[in-house]
Amino acid sequence: MATATAEAAEDTGAAAPAARVAHVSKSFPSPGASGGDQLVLDDITLDVAPGEFVTLLGASGCGKSTLLNLVAGLDRPSAGTISTDGRPALMFQEHALFPWLTAGQNIELALRLRGVAKPERRPEAERLLDLVRLRGAHGKRVHELSGGMRQRVALARALAQDSRLLLMDEPFAALDAITRDVLHDELTRIWRETGLSVLFVTHNVREAVRLAQRVVLLSSRPGRIAREWTVGIPQPRRLEDSAVAELSAEITEELRREIRRHGRH
Amino acid sequence: MAGTDTDPAARHAEASQDLAGLEAGLDALDTVQTGRTPLREVLLRKVLPPVTAVVLVLVVWQVLVWAEVAPDYKLPAPSAVWDEVSEAWLQGTLLDYIWTSVSRGLLGFLLALVIGTPLGLLVARVRFVRAAIGPILSGLQSLPSVAWVPPAVIWLGLNDRMMYAVILLGAVPSIANGLVAGVDQIPPLYLRAGRTLGATGLRGARHIVMPAALPGYLAGLKQGWAFSWRSLMAAEIIASSPDLGIGLGQLLENGRNNSSMAQVFLAILLILVVGIAVDLLVFSPLERRVLRGRGLLVSR
Repeated sequence: MATATAEAAEDTGAAAPAARVAHVSKSFPSPGASGGDQLVLDDITLDVAPGEFVTLLGASGCGKSTLLNLVAGLDRPSAGTISTDGRPALMFQEHALFPWLTAGQNIELALRLRGVAKPERRPEAERLLDLVRLRGAHGKRVHELSGGMRQRVALARALAQDSRLLLMDEPFAALDAITRDVLHDELTRIWRETGLSVLFVTHNVREAVRLAQRVVLLSSRPGRIAREWTVGIPQPRRLEDSAVAELSAEITEELRREIRRHGRH
Repeated sequence: MAGTDTDPAARHAEASQDLAGLEAGLDALDTVQTGRTPLREVLLRKVLPPVTAVVLVLVVWQVLVWAEVAPDYKLPAPSAVWDEVSEAWLQGTLLDYIWTSVSRGLLGFLLALVIGTPLGLLVARVRFVRAAIGPILSGLQSLPSVAWVPPAVIWLGLNDRMMYAVILLGAVPSIANGLVAGVDQIPPLYLRAGRTLGATGLRGARHIVMPAALPGYLAGLKQGWAFSWRSLMAAEIIASSPDLGIGLGQLLENGRNNSSMAQVFLAILLILVVGIAVDLLVFSPLERRVLRGRGLLVSR
């Protein structure tokens, strides 16, 4: 096993992973009066290679959002270590754009907090808006944008942090199917253009297969890594592609088996 | 699709073209249309109703005077009050009365702002401070600030400092409480998003907490101004002294001493007008602007 990891390190040019999660567990105080802690994540080990797109898939209660918060540094693990290449950017299910700023100002705030000098902020924000195909939306208020446009601004704001790692917490779950499909294409395109590493959390199997190079299935209560799939289907993929459908069916079957386990005791 | 046998780069470029068109269509379909209401409609909806109400009050007042329901030392005619207004205007004292009170009120309010804002931030963000003085601060809001006039006169004497002390005791709790309420209502998501962007500590307070709390803070400021103005009037009516200059409160008190009901009415009218004017000219536009910018104002 040790030799295998050494070889893998050579393969990637000895580059440090974008994120390394090693034997991480997380427990929260139990909500009941009984005391004791509830184990949410149990011994998770996961690497995200530079430029890799990984989806974390699981039913509710598998702690996938908790894991993402840990990687984002918003919370500390109870055991194990997490290291990332710089501070990761994070995108939420809700757009989380600040309503007191315009779309462009939201991006400029991220640039400012990153330490970008004032004269460079405006052109950089324009460039990022252009990247998510929202040229001319700089002065738009958040409430004037549609759900899909808001998530694209949120993506541009996350990209403005200039992190090597982008964490996404079900960012398209609240969108309608057509918009979501378009944003899948958009995200794939931007990921290819920027060479970012992405860790994408979802409960949607087809979304996971549609986007990822690697799908990691988490079991629930406590969250453990149940299985992994490498997705070799070439991009651009479509949700309707038979290869996507086939792999989705296989993963769904596995996911159902995981969920059924909980009904038995 | 012939795309399967062309090279991957070309396929990506083609897909990207398709996508751009699709996306432009979706954006156009989803975008909210906003427009401005025409001036005529604004006049009809916003100006006409209050003007009608004022005219109606004047008519009823005049009818009561004609019906002689009360002797004129108790109920002066609208024209008598108007004579007071024009006389004070011609003597050049009208603006002096107003300015004496308004300058006190504004300076007091600004002082309250400077003290109340950091106090509110402290109470909102530091758990120990909140537990220590939070309840007292909200309790102070229900204490009528007139109650502070007697001790303030004893401690500070009959002077401007005493007026400012009374204003501060009335307005600071309102401003601080408004800010606390504003901070408490910030959606936790904004704070998390701010932290991932690197806005922590003072930078977080400046870029996330203060702007996010602005609607509640503005409501607190508005109430703070109302409290400042009320406390000041109470102080001016109770504590009159020749070296204090004649503000609106003293004007009212002088009217009572001279048994001039028209002057009393004039003073009440001016106090009301100043209160309404500051609200209409300062706070309402500010509040509307903030809420509209955030899409929180539903315009019909």
